[in-house]
Formats: sequence, C-alpha cells, structure tokens
Amino acid sequence: MKYDRGVLNDASTAVAELRHVSKRFGDVDAARDLNLSVASGEFLSFLGPSGCGKTTALRMLAGFETPSDGEVLIDGAVVNTLEPFRRPVNMVFQSYALFPHLSVFDNVAYGLRQRRPRLSRAEIAEKVSRTLDVVRLGDFGARRIWEMSGGQQQRVALARAIVNEPKLLLLDEPLAALDRKLRKAMQIELQDLQRQLGITFILVTHDQEEALSLSDRICVMRDGRIVQIGTPRELYDAPASRYVADFVGSSNFLEGRIGRITSGHADFTGVSGHSFSGQAGPGIEEGASGTLSLRPEQINISRRQLEGGHAVTVQNRIFLGEHTEYVVRHDEIGTFIVLASRRAEDREPPLDAGTQAYIAWNPDAALILRAD
Amino acid sequence: MTQRARNWLLIAPSGALLLVMLVLPLSFVFVFSFGERGPSGGYVPAFTLEQYANLPARWTAFKNTLILAPLGTLAALLIAYPLAYQLAVRTDPKWKTLLLVLVIVPFWTSILIRSYAWIYILGGQGIPALLGSIGIENVRLIYTPFAVTIGIIYGYLPLMVFPIYVALDRLDMRLLEASGDLGARPMTTFLRVTLPLSVPGVATGCMLVFILLMGEFLIPALLGGGKVFFVGNALVDLFLQSRNWAYGSAVAFTLIVIMLITVTIYMRLIARLQTGREDVAVM
Repeated sequence: MKYDRGVLNDASTAVAELRHVSKRFGDVDAARDLNLSVASGEFLSFLGPSGCGKTTALRMLAGFETPSDGEVLIDGAVVNTLEPFRRPVNMVFQSYALFPHLSVFDNVAYGLRQRRPRLSRAEIAEKVSRTLDVVRLGDFGARRIWEMSGGQQQRVALARAIVNEPKLLLLDEPLAALDRKLRKAMQIELQDLQRQLGITFILVTHDQEEALSLSDRICVMRDGRIVQIGTPRELYDAPASRYVADFVGSSNFLEGRIGRITSGHADFTGVSGHSFSGQAGPGIEEGASGTLSLRPEQINISRRQLEGGHAVTVQNRIFLGEHTEYVVRHDEIGTFIVLASRRAEDREPPLDAGTQAYIAWNPDAALILRAD
Repeated sequence: MTQRARNWLLIAPSGALLLVMLVLPLSFVFVFSFGERGPSGGYVPAFTLEQYANLPARWTAFKNTLILAPLGTLAALLIAYPLAYQLAVRTDPKWKTLLLVLVIVPFWTSILIRSYAWIYILGGQGIPALLGSIGIENVRLIYTPFAVTIGIIYGYLPLMVFPIYVALDRLDMRLLEASGDLGARPMTTFLRVTLPLSVPGVATGCMLVFILLMGEFLIPALLGGGKVFFVGNALVDLFLQSRNWAYGSAVAFTLIVIMLITVTIYMRLIARLQTGREDVAVM
C-alpha cells in the first residue's frame, strides 16, 4: 500500500487541470464548478455513484464533451474545444470499445498508425509487440478480439492506449465487467503498470475498494460536485462529511445535535439523549444538527462490562474470514455494526445471536460531522 | 419422435414449396431450352442446341442488363449510404422512426404508377421543358439509359437504405470515439471503422438490389420505351408475344447461370473482405 507518496500541487507539474469547470446537458447539471489539479505520475480516482458526474469529468478531459463553463487544461494549455484526436490523452473505455474487425495487433497498432510523420512498419511492429509483452499478451497479436476472454480484452484495451505513451491515461470503469477475482488481479497489474510507465492515470470508478487500493488521491463526487479530495487514508480517517464517510469504507452513524466544540473535539447528543464526544470534523457548528460517525472496526465488543461501555444484544453474527461482523442493538441508541478481528476471538470465543454484550470505543475514534 | 425426425418435419413445408415452385419449374426451363418452337407457338420436345446458338440475337438485352444492373446497384449504393448514415448515426432517435417510414412511403403506391410519374417528369413537358426555359434546348431524357437508371435508383433505394441503416444503427458509437481518442481524424475514422463495420449491410443491400435488377422488366419497359430493354423484357416478349418457349427458356436459363456466377464471385469477394469475421452473414 502506498499512502504517503508526496502529492504535488505545484501548477508547473500539473498534467491536467480543471478550473471552475461545469457541464450542463439541457437542464441537467452534470458537473458543477470542478477544481482539480493532477500531478505528473499521479494515480487519481474519481469516486462516486452513477450519475455523480465522474464520467462527464473524464470525457471533458478526453475531449468528447466541451465544458459549459470554466477551463480544462492539459500540460498547461487550455484545451476546452480541442478535438480528441489532437489531445495527448488516451482512454480505456468501459467495456473496452475494441475494434471487432481488427486483430489484436491491429487494435494496438491503431493509434501508432495515426502518427504524423508516419512511423515505419518495423517501428510499429516493435512498439506493439513490446506493449503486448507488457500486458502479458505477447503471443496473441494475430488473434481476433472475440477469441479473447474478458480479462484478455481488458489488457488489449490497456495496451491499445498505453502504446501511444499518452501524457494522461483515462480509465472509465475499466474493471467493472470482470469477475471479482480477475478484478483483484487486474488492479494489481494496473498499479504495477502505472509505476512502471510513469504515466499519469485518472480512473473513474464507483467501487470504493478499487479507488482505495489503487489511488494516490481520490476525488469523491456527488451530484456533479467534488465533495472531498484526499489520499485514501485521509478520506478514510478524516471524511469531511457523512456522505464521504459512508462512501469510503463503511460506518455507523448516529444522528443528533452538536454540543460544545473545544480544540478539535466536540460534544454530541444523540437523538436518544445519550451524550458522546469525538473528534470535530471540518465545518461543524455548535448547536447545529450533525452526525457521529464510528467505523465498525473501532468498536470493541465483549461479554464483560467495558469501561464506558453500552449494553447491547447481539442480533446477528457474520463470519467474514479474517473478521467477524456483529450486528448489535442498543435499546435506546440503535443498531451498530461491529467488526471484530480474529485475534480478539483468541481472547474470547465468538458471541452467539441473542447474547448480552458490551460495546465501547475510544472517544477519539468517533468523528462528529456536519449534517449533509 | 426423434429430434432428427422433427427437424425434417419442420422443414418439410418449405422444402415441398421449393420443390414444386422452384426446382420443378427450373427443370422444365432447362428441358425446354433444348426443345423447339411449335408451329403455333409453345414447345415441341426435341434435343437441339439451336436455341443456345441463337442467343447472340438477344445480345443487346444481355448487354443492357449486365451494364445497367451493376451500374444501378452502384448508383443506389452511393445515394443510399449517406442517407442511411445520416439516419442511423446523426439523427435524433426520436425522429428516426418517422424518417424511416418516409423512406418506405413510396412503396405504398404501385411501382407502375410511380414509374409513370417519372415518364412525365423526364418527358418533353418535364425537366427538358424546364431546362429549355433557361436556354438549354433539346435535352432528351426519356427512353434513354439515363432514364432507366433514374427509375432503378428511385425504385430500389429503400431496399438499399434498410440493410445499411441496420448495420450502421448497430454500430457502437464508442468505437468511433475510441478511434478519435487514438488520434484518427474523422475521415480516417469513417474509412477505417465505420465503413468496414457496415460492409455486411452494404453487401446485403447490393445483393438484394442486384438480383432483383437482373430480372427487372417494368422500369426498362416504361422509361426505356423499347429502346433500352433488359433480358426481362426479352423474356416477356418471347413467352407472351412470340410464344417461343424453347428460345425463351434458353435465354432464361442463360440469365440464371450468369447470375449464379456473378453472385458466387461477389460472395467470395465479400468473404475475403471480411476475413475471419464470424459476426457477418451475407444475406
């Protein structure tokens, strides 16, 4: 995992930049006031549910859409209306868009053959076979597209894009069509490839796990807006809103009112009347309504009374391999999801449904967020 | 009943139909072509190659058909392709159905009436009169190969538009985006992606129009005015007017053979163009 690769925000090294970019389709605002700078060599993800504007953002970078407002910059130059074929950018399409009438070799060579001045036949053959080797399809050049499996087609699509050595590689949900196991394997390949080539990657995904494991930075989007940009760890540990906390990882949420705020901490009164305290999230106000967010793995669960613990009833136990997930209910506060590690089970046997137990957490693990 | 027996049973009606309506009549034509004309017309059994020896007498009909059928097909293709492209690729989906209906509306009227309309348009009081009024005198359009070609294009355009439309409509627009993304200019994208992927539609359309044109007789009769006649006209003449069935059969059989050879060569060419593609079927 790579959490702390220095993120460069210096404009001079920005490969791509969005400045106050908006896009309207009729009366639908697909993207609103997007501001973003992507550093050279960075792996950035747009993360959000379908319809959040992430694909629109990507298509504006590729040149398939023209922004209604603002500026799109590539390599420091405004490219708002520059046609896709003039941009030093390549895209890996969702479900690949491979040319069905061409062989694997000809698909990969397609971009090279558009180069002016022309590349020699030998140069093209050399580049294509080298790239096919990189994606481990060295012997498949003569194959037809339909003869390839889904995972292989994915790699052809990747090869077709990277053979052109673009400044920026755009990936539109490239792994969505693959099964889980293959997706995992391709994620690792993608990451290796990006390090190996040093090309800047921008990935669009709705899969938080994918975004978390691949990206240097994640740009979380909602309703056409960027709601938070940060490293995966920043987003996970310090989500700026309930939406981000919910979308990046999973969390328990308690609704209530924000109490006194002092030096990064805040008091919180749940709708049940119980008082809690936790870290103060950004932009919260005393007396306003808010949300307390608590990651499932931050909660301890035990048969024994825990200090400051709450008495709960175990409702359900789900075995997840390395973890066990409990659904527990507190009569007044509500339901919690608790994730207990295997090691905790060494000390105490698993709890059965119906068992009385106690849950507790370190107040610093709770995050008080403004209501969305 | 075994699967095999059921399969036979299922194809039995169409098989019987083909046998009675196609194989049997064709056999008659084949046998008749070696016979002789009866004293008062019709057919007298014989075995002679005389009818085939007489074929050069009808050379003009064969020549006209073999020039104008491919030419008409090509002209229809050149006009139909941009139309189909516009309909399938550029048109807002909500207008597509309406515009497609407009393409077939002419079919709601008999080809006879529509061709008559062209007699007037191309005749002395039509376009030539119009041209005369701006100083271009003595233009003769009706009863020329040009008039027949116009009639062919007009009559067969929808048959060409539809298969091409279907091929282009199925075209994945992201392939065009991908081509542009890879640096191809719009013209290159058209030549290297759109056109190759619409070949199945083009092939079907051309085949459909060409085969029907080879047997055409109405348009040359009306717009060619007896000056530009096809093999079809010769057959009408031989079977219905001069009642020379033996000679007519020889002409008909020769046309069938020519058609078989042309279509076979054509299919081979298309297949080569489509090397290895399995998602393509010609007709």
